[in-house]
Amino acid sequence: MTDQHSQAELVRQSLKARYRKERRFRAYGIIAIAIALAALVTLFADIIGKGYTGFQKTTVTLNVDLDGEIMYLDDATDKRQLKMADFVEPLVLALMKEIPDATEADRDAIKDLINPYASVTLREALEANPGWLGTTRTMTFLTHTDVDVYVKHAGDEGYSIKLNDQQKAWVDELESRGIVDTSFNDVFFSGGDSRDPSKAGILGAVVGSLLTMFVTLALSFPIGVAAAIYLEEFAPQNKFTDFIEVNINNLAAVPSIIFGLLGLAVFINLFGMPRSVPVVGGLVLTLMTLPTIIISSRAAIKSVPPSIREAAEGMGASKMQVVLHHVLPLAMPGMLTGSIIGMAQALGETAPLLLIGMVAFIVDVPNGFFDSATVLPVQVFLWAGSPELAFIERASAAIMVLLAFLISMNALAIWLRKRLERRW
Amino acid sequence: MQPANLLLLTVVLAIVAYGFGYARSRTLATPLGGIRHLKSLPFYYGARASLWCAIPALVVLALWAAFQGKVIQTLVLGSLPAELAPGSAGEASLLLSKISNVASGALPAGFVEAPIAEAADRLEALREQSRMLMTALVVSVAVLAGFLGWLKIRPKLNARVQVESILKWLFFSCAALAILTTVGIIFSVAFETFRFFGKVPFTEFFFGSQWSPQTALRADQVAAEGAFGMIPLFTGTLLISAIAMTVAVPVGLMSAIYLSEYAGKRVRGIVKPLLEMLAGIPTVVYGFFAALTVAPFISDLAASIGIEASSQSALAAGAVMGIMIIPFVSSLSDDVINAVPQSLRDGSLALGATQSETMKKVIFPAALPGIMGGILLAVSRAIGETMIVVMAAGLAANLTANPLETVTTVTVQIVTLLTGDQEFDSAKTLAAFALGAMLFIATLLLNVIALKIVRKYREQYD
Repeated sequence: MTDQHSQAELVRQSLKARYRKERRFRAYGIIAIAIALAALVTLFADIIGKGYTGFQKTTVTLNVDLDGEIMYLDDATDKRQLKMADFVEPLVLALMKEIPDATEADRDAIKDLINPYASVTLREALEANPGWLGTTRTMTFLTHTDVDVYVKHAGDEGYSIKLNDQQKAWVDELESRGIVDTSFNDVFFSGGDSRDPSKAGILGAVVGSLLTMFVTLALSFPIGVAAAIYLEEFAPQNKFTDFIEVNINNLAAVPSIIFGLLGLAVFINLFGMPRSVPVVGGLVLTLMTLPTIIISSRAAIKSVPPSIREAAEGMGASKMQVVLHHVLPLAMPGMLTGSIIGMAQALGETAPLLLIGMVAFIVDVPNGFFDSATVLPVQVFLWAGSPELAFIERASAAIMVLLAFLISMNALAIWLRKRLERRW
Repeated sequence: MQPANLLLLTVVLAIVAYGFGYARSRTLATPLGGIRHLKSLPFYYGARASLWCAIPALVVLALWAAFQGKVIQTLVLGSLPAELAPGSAGEASLLLSKISNVASGALPAGFVEAPIAEAADRLEALREQSRMLMTALVVSVAVLAGFLGWLKIRPKLNARVQVESILKWLFFSCAALAILTTVGIIFSVAFETFRFFGKVPFTEFFFGSQWSPQTALRADQVAAEGAFGMIPLFTGTLLISAIAMTVAVPVGLMSAIYLSEYAGKRVRGIVKPLLEMLAGIPTVVYGFFAALTVAPFISDLAASIGIEASSQSALAAGAVMGIMIIPFVSSLSDDVINAVPQSLRDGSLALGATQSETMKKVIFPAALPGIMGGILLAVSRAIGETMIVVMAAGLAANLTANPLETVTTVTVQIVTLLTGDQEFDSAKTLAAFALGAMLFIATLLLNVIALKIVRKYREQYD
């Protein structure tokens, strides 16, 4: 009796310590989740903080005097003359007019405030409207990248401002008068890559991604669904079927870079296909996403209850009719969900595409499956490796665009699942 | 015609064949007294005709498109005069790129030797011929096979059975593609790996502690001989993976335990998708984060307490990789913990154990094999991860265990050796394939072991 009593006493005494342990254990769990969520928040905050300025461009609005004598141009319809004419001079003169204290000696310093591509913009405008020659026009041009960096990041640490003090004073003054201004960066969404950060855009990479994804989807969805149907509905129980299944499971876990090696050795070196083209990228990503799509499609087929199959068979349908007319439509939402998630994975994939040469510097927006192209994540990689901080800003902005695509794809998948999937 | 357009044309032809097949079966049925006297529905006659039309044509198209590039290259190189004929595969690829640059107009023909310019013309002519031949062949195969298929339509023909068995074979070949992919991977890496070992001795690769693949480009150039010892690469990979696992395993495991045992339905419903978001973020984004935010932060932090840290420290890459792997560990452990039968939990709690004691002494031991399997899968993912280390880890192959120093990994070296122009014969390029082979074998072994453990464990409670 006393023995039992003392044991109960022992337990009672240890309770406090045990409850403390319990609370500590619980706290570890909360801390773990907090760490993970903090990492997520920091990541997003970092990207947004670094990149939101990438969606702004700095422009300068000038009253350009399109004087034929300054430009050495007397006929704006003559292509040869347009090619030879000087379009920088009118811009410099117009900007010098805005800076009253500037002297002839400041000419080069002032010229350095204007984007090197501004003269191209002016030429194109004049080419489109030859009648403008001899008039004065108010037009908006990109500023030099150094001005762009100064206007956006004057106070930020880590950004080296390349303007000298006098140039800074001019830019401040012009900014206060509204001549230098920031606005929504449409160049970023309408151009290809460029050596000049102010001129660099993601359109080329986005189109490259879309072309690559089109090839991937067009191949991997039908092949994946067909393979899943075979394995779930027709495959006999034998060693060969087992072998196929083992292969699919292993391929799902093979590092993506190995698929890049496969693409390089087989598609490019064996078949002699061109490098850096969306078709080869699409083929490599197809092989990479197929296991994901097959596995999720099989799960979708499995979830269709046998009663549906039995009912159809009872009505005299053949095995193929049962599958194509009844099982497939019911499994389709699940298959689509899996495929969208697989596509999102492929859209974010970079490593295999590096090996098949989709890292080239490509200015033009690709317009076909056999044009050299790059994709959005590779563009991020290229810009992130640049020593210029203005490119880092663009890389962050491009990441935001990429994440927006991925989040909307995943949201679509979730919506589809909620909307279409039936519980039996 | 371009392959893509030809593909569309074949599809159109197949649709036309469907129409003809459908119509013919109906015409044949009319004198017999309606389609109920046919063996199959008219749909199947049409489908059969269109399959007959499309499949041979598509096979021809695929084979032609796959091999034409190589055949044309060989023909063009073969037509070069003897003094220009390339001696090695490296020279051949240089010559070919020169010729194709001339052909595409990127390099003016006046700047190269006359035979090269001729070869460029020849290349253009061959491409044109190949396109024409391909178009002719594909269209004629489609029309001929479609016509044959159409001709063979009889009321007694059981088109449905035929269509269904063709479809079944199509489905089968799609499934068998998985085997083909594996075979492709094995052959592409194995072949080059053997050639690599023909140039660099086995022992040097496996036991050498020096890695500097910069071999001389020209025979007369003074340069380092190039060392191919993979030990520094493997230790670097292991160091970064180990750092990643030290971050991912405790955090992932504890969050899985909290979410499955403690958290209410609402918390779980919010936190779980958020954690899974970490898995959906592209690796290039993690690489960006590691290289531009975490690595400078770590080196500043180390500097402020008086330690020297590299700006491309293994710690930065490893920690960020760990964050990436958290959801992987947590969702796998979550599954395993949930698979432990409720009766074990109830039994333990009924004996007076607290929740954490139940977890630590009953559920965790029961779930341990499954959790180990999940961790092994996570390790294999860490080893194969590329973008984070390419962007945040360095290129210098240091043999060190100090997480603040720069190390390099297998995947980084594969990417560095293979990006940009390369000659296909040098030990440098082949080394990348040898590394790829090692990576493939290592991840494959880890996966096989992990899946075995997970499966064996599952059988215990099912």
